Amino acid sequence: MFGKLTIEALPLYSAIAAGGAAVTVGGALLVAIVLTWLKAWKYLWTDWLTSVDHKRIGIMYIVLALIMLLRGFVDAIMMRAQQAMALNAGGYLPPEHFDQIFSSHGTIMIFFMAMPFMTGLINLIMPLQIGTRDVAFPWLNAVSLWLSAAGAALVMVSLVIGKFSTAGWTGYPPYSGIEYNPGVGVDYWIWAILISGVGSTMSGINFVVTILKRRAPGMTLMRMTPFTWTALCASVLMAFAFPAITVACGLLALDRLAGMHFFTNAHGGNMMNYANLFWIWGHPEVYILILPAFGIFSEVVATFSRKRLFGYESLVYATAAIAILSFTVWLHHFFTMGSSANVNAFFGVTTMIIAVPTGVKVFNWLLTMYRGRIDFHPSMMWSIGFIVTFVIGGMTGVLLAIPPADFLMHNTTFLVAHFHNMIIPGVLFGYLAGYMFWFPKAFGFELNRGWGLASFWCWLIGFYLAFMPLYLLGLKGMPRRMETYNDPTWQPYLMVAALGAVVVLCGIASMVIQIYVSIRDRKLTEDRTGDPFDGRTLEWSTSSPPPPYNFAVIPTVGDREPFLEAKKNGTAYRRPASYAPIRIPSNTPAGVILGGFAFVLGFAIVWHIWWLVIVSAIVMFITVIARSSDDNAEFTLSAGEVKRMEDERFRQLGSRA
Amino acid sequence: MSVVHMSEHEREEAETREQRALGFWLYLMGDAVIFALLFATYAIMIPGTAGGPTGKDLFDLNNAALETVLLLVSSTTFGFASLSVRTGNRSAVIGWLAVTFLLGAGFVFLEVREFAGMIAKGAGPDRSGFLSAFFTLVGTHGVHVTMGLLWILILSAQVALKGLTAPVASRLYRLGLFWHFLDIAWVGIFSIVYLPGLL
Ligand code: HEM
Ligand SMILES: [Cu+2]
Repeated sequence: MFGKLTIEALPLYSAIAAGGAAVTVGGALLVAIVLTWLKAWKYLWTDWLTSVDHKRIGIMYIVLALIMLLRGFVDAIMMRAQQAMALNAGGYLPPEHFDQIFSSHGTIMIFFMAMPFMTGLINLIMPLQIGTRDVAFPWLNAVSLWLSAAGAALVMVSLVIGKFSTAGWTGYPPYSGIEYNPGVGVDYWIWAILISGVGSTMSGINFVVTILKRRAPGMTLMRMTPFTWTALCASVLMAFAFPAITVACGLLALDRLAGMHFFTNAHGGNMMNYANLFWIWGHPEVYILILPAFGIFSEVVATFSRKRLFGYESLVYATAAIAILSFTVWLHHFFTMGSSANVNAFFGVTTMIIAVPTGVKVFNWLLTMYRGRIDFHPSMMWSIGFIVTFVIGGMTGVLLAIPPADFLMHNTTFLVAHFHNMIIPGVLFGYLAGYMFWFPKAFGFELNRGWGLASFWCWLIGFYLAFMPLYLLGLKGMPRRMETYNDPTWQPYLMVAALGAVVVLCGIASMVIQIYVSIRDRKLTEDRTGDPFDGRTLEWSTSSPPPPYNFAVIPTVGDREPFLEAKKNGTAYRRPASYAPIRIPSNTPAGVILGGFAFVLGFAIVWHIWWLVIVSAIVMFITVIARSSDDNAEFTLSAGEVKRMEDERFRQLGSRA
Repeated sequence: MSVVHMSEHEREEAETREQRALGFWLYLMGDAVIFALLFATYAIMIPGTAGGPTGKDLFDLNNAALETVLLLVSSTTFGFASLSVRTGNRSAVIGWLAVTFLLGAGFVFLEVREFAGMIAKGAGPDRSGFLSAFFTLVGTHGVHVTMGLLWILILSAQVALKGLTAPVASRLYRLGLFWHFLDIAWVGIFSIVYLPGLL
């Protein structure tokens, strides 16, 4: 009846594991109680969970990402604490538990923090920037969101019921095979990734079609904002790279569930094939994450330097070049696996080549700032911190691209330092810059600047403290993923790294305080114009938050920075002569239902509860059929209603003047 | 005024149709990536028979050829269904879809019979890496065809109930793309799995 699921699955075997479970369950209960107390369930359901509005979906993605950032960071600081005291089997975590933590940290940070954060920002802003009313496939967009949430929920549930994988975020076989890992951990990992991966593939397709087909009249490709360009390239990569991880994890699942031999030691398995499949997705993935961050930096730097972006064309071509090259470098993740010297040399060279367009971009940003009137808004600070720190990470990357050097550094903390050096100042700082930049657009009031700056400085200093020692430790030969060690000279470095994590913790605390303070003081920082930062592109031309239809009249674009241009000519904020009715996609519970049952499906497969697998698959199937046969999934907002909402907007604009 | 309004509505509908077609093309290209990787996996696993049966011992060219004929003909009959959508002939559409369904079902039947025979001989997917790759590649295609069959049923019902409305016609167009795509994937399977396996 319950497959492999028994009462043993509860984490009562260790106080720390039980504590983690208690915090998870307690947190969920707390949220439920607060919602009930606020009587907010109905509002939540009708206005958010069933919404197909790209702005709301974007916000929900970002909320998911921020929650998972907290969880991923708890993992991180637990590891830092363990390694700081782990000399000669010291420390407080048993090896099994430590292994679960680095596996869940990596998995969460990549799949359930960075991916939703990026998808959320693109959802929130890209349609506004191209002057459209929604993405091409609004309800599919909701499905993508809820599939991502289902994957994240599977990882969270593994804290309470059963265990998570110990095979790292990469899940390499044969260790992740059934022979060495008979428990449920790897299955949780596989199904979390498979389910959310389907969502990411669909998001990619959705964004590509939106950008190619729904731009406002006059917006040629070369008039798109840098963020839209990077979103386009990242989406193409999502649509074509995610199938590879679906194959990798799918075949691993077949090995584990059906006794197949794709990656097993014996019976003709070939585990090197897994490494190839995984990294054919994995390397494009790092560009999926970083390209939109580059786009955000470009917008932020131009806006707060009060200058046009320097070298727009070169930035666009660099982005496209990176997107194409990103499919040609995957082998650098396993130079040591035994390919011939020539193969390694080829991939080493392609890896170095991909650094060139990235270098081009650094000059774009620097020259945009040069002689600009810079406003040191927190978003601008994230960008400056990024440029300085990212260059260091880029150089260590080029170092690792030399196969003989990689043989020395492979699997050491040097690598851990390198990729955190790219992914924290690059990806995460970019998203945080975007979050603080576009927050007023989403909610109609600004985030507190002081706490934003505090957060930035803590993150920056904390990052250096936490990861610079790891470069040195890597050169001294410390392998990654170490639960204990016996070289006393390593410990001081690890203590500094732990201190760095504490400083980052202060940065995260500042972000939480920032939200509280900003909501408390929202009347003071209200954004009545929709344009708090003297913006340059279309998203700033509509109100904050934008109406459900974004633009009462679809704008016509004649410039790369259309809104700035309109403000200069005095054509901004013009009232149209008349309004037309607008068709808007209706809300639907189909997305939440699909996500909910995808979660049940994954859970049931993990625990081999086959009847439940069948039931949830049938429910999902019926939901898809029902929704996709519906021909009237839209409603019409009459011209009168549009006029009423726009009158309100112009009243606000007027009261500002 | 109402004329202007109608054409606006029609324009929106045409745009929607175009966007859905592009989205579906992108999906098919992603699916093609999946097949490409499964083909590559199969190719490198051909030697991994672990002392068990090889393709030569197992494959039956007659069966594979018959499957090929069924699927190729079903693509043609689907083409006739698409033509009847254009002429607006509702019963012809349903008729051709029914023929396509029968041919596709015949294909799935032959494939399931082949699989069952191999498993009965002890040559199931858990026998060797080679057989895992074979069953997964061919089976993935088979699952796609089965999904296509369900989709044919659903759209036939829609044609019967709603008629050849613009949304239904646009769905039929995408189903057609899907069905022809499966044909191409099968040609790959026939020429990479069955033919070399027997030579
Ligand atoms: C907030 C500060 C962070 C700290 C202090 C931190 C700390 C750590 C530590 C201690 C490890 C294990 C290193 C080892 O194997 O020895 C690790 C691994 C990892 N981290 Fe982070 N991390 C942070 C943020 C991030 C972010 C933002 C991401 C991605 C978006 C990320 C992705 C990863 C990945 C993929 C791994 C590899 C996991 C594995 O070995 O399978 N981390 N991190
Ligand atoms: Cu890479």
